[in-house]
Amino acid sequence: MDWAVFIVAAIAILAGAVGVVTSRNPVHAALNLVLTLFGVAVLFVAQQAHFLAVVQVIVYAGAIVVLFLFVIMLLGVDQSENLEVEPLAGQRPAAVGIGIAALAALLLPILFGKWQWLSGQASVVGPAHTGTDPNVNRLAKALFTRYLLPFEATSVLLVIAVVGAVVLARRPLSSERRAETVTEEP
Amino acid sequence: MTVPGAWYLTLAAFLFVIGAVGLLVRRNVLVMFMCVELMLNAVNLTFVTFARMLDDIGGQVIVFFVLVVAAAEVVVGLGIIVAIFRRRAGATADDISLLKG
Repeated sequence: MDWAVFIVAAIAILAGAVGVVTSRNPVHAALNLVLTLFGVAVLFVAQQAHFLAVVQVIVYAGAIVVLFLFVIMLLGVDQSENLEVEPLAGQRPAAVGIGIAALAALLLPILFGKWQWLSGQASVVGPAHTGTDPNVNRLAKALFTRYLLPFEATSVLLVIAVVGAVVLARRPLSSERRAETVTEEP
Repeated sequence: MTVPGAWYLTLAAFLFVIGAVGLLVRRNVLVMFMCVELMLNAVNLTFVTFARMLDDIGGQVIVFFVLVVAAAEVVVGLGIIVAIFRRRAGATADDISLLKG
């Protein structure tokens, strides 16, 4: 049963990822991205990270992908891109070579069973599975005790992001626009 | 019978590499952004897998923070893209070459 869930989710993830990279139309890429995100959420559930699975669906599939689609529609750039043209000679073979090298570097510690090289030792925050507490309780306990300061810092980060998005997306005032056109003309 | 963590790590490695190659190959800035999201998701999957393998809730807490930072990053990044493409038409990264000598 676990293997069936893993294999189905893995196929969905990889198919969606390949679809994002290879689809000509950005809207199709966004929909393939949703497939990948759902597959990752399924694997979160399979590893008892229930809260993160829910957040993954709400934040990624519900907010981020909708934001992508919104920008695609807003800019009217939903025309397809010709993928046969290679703008820079040798770009794609070089990219695939870098990808194979990165894959080898990532897989070597896993294949030799030395994944502790990547992960390090267990921290002192608390166990993820031993005991009877539900996943949400453990996550909340860690978040609001040991990780309270980073948690508050993320709230500041979100405020900065909102202010930055407003500043970037607003139309310039008429006086500023006049100044910009003056500076741009020569 | 549970799936060994090494399989999850291998899947995450493949997902990360697909995202990285897509970021290098594609020219549409929106699709490049989606490839960055693929790479972030691969890292999240790795963190959750390590949280299970080490029996440590810290990995899942980090995923929580990665989600928040990814949301903020998408908001600011898409704001920049909108601000750029309001001034000039064209949706590929090759069109943004003002600094080219």
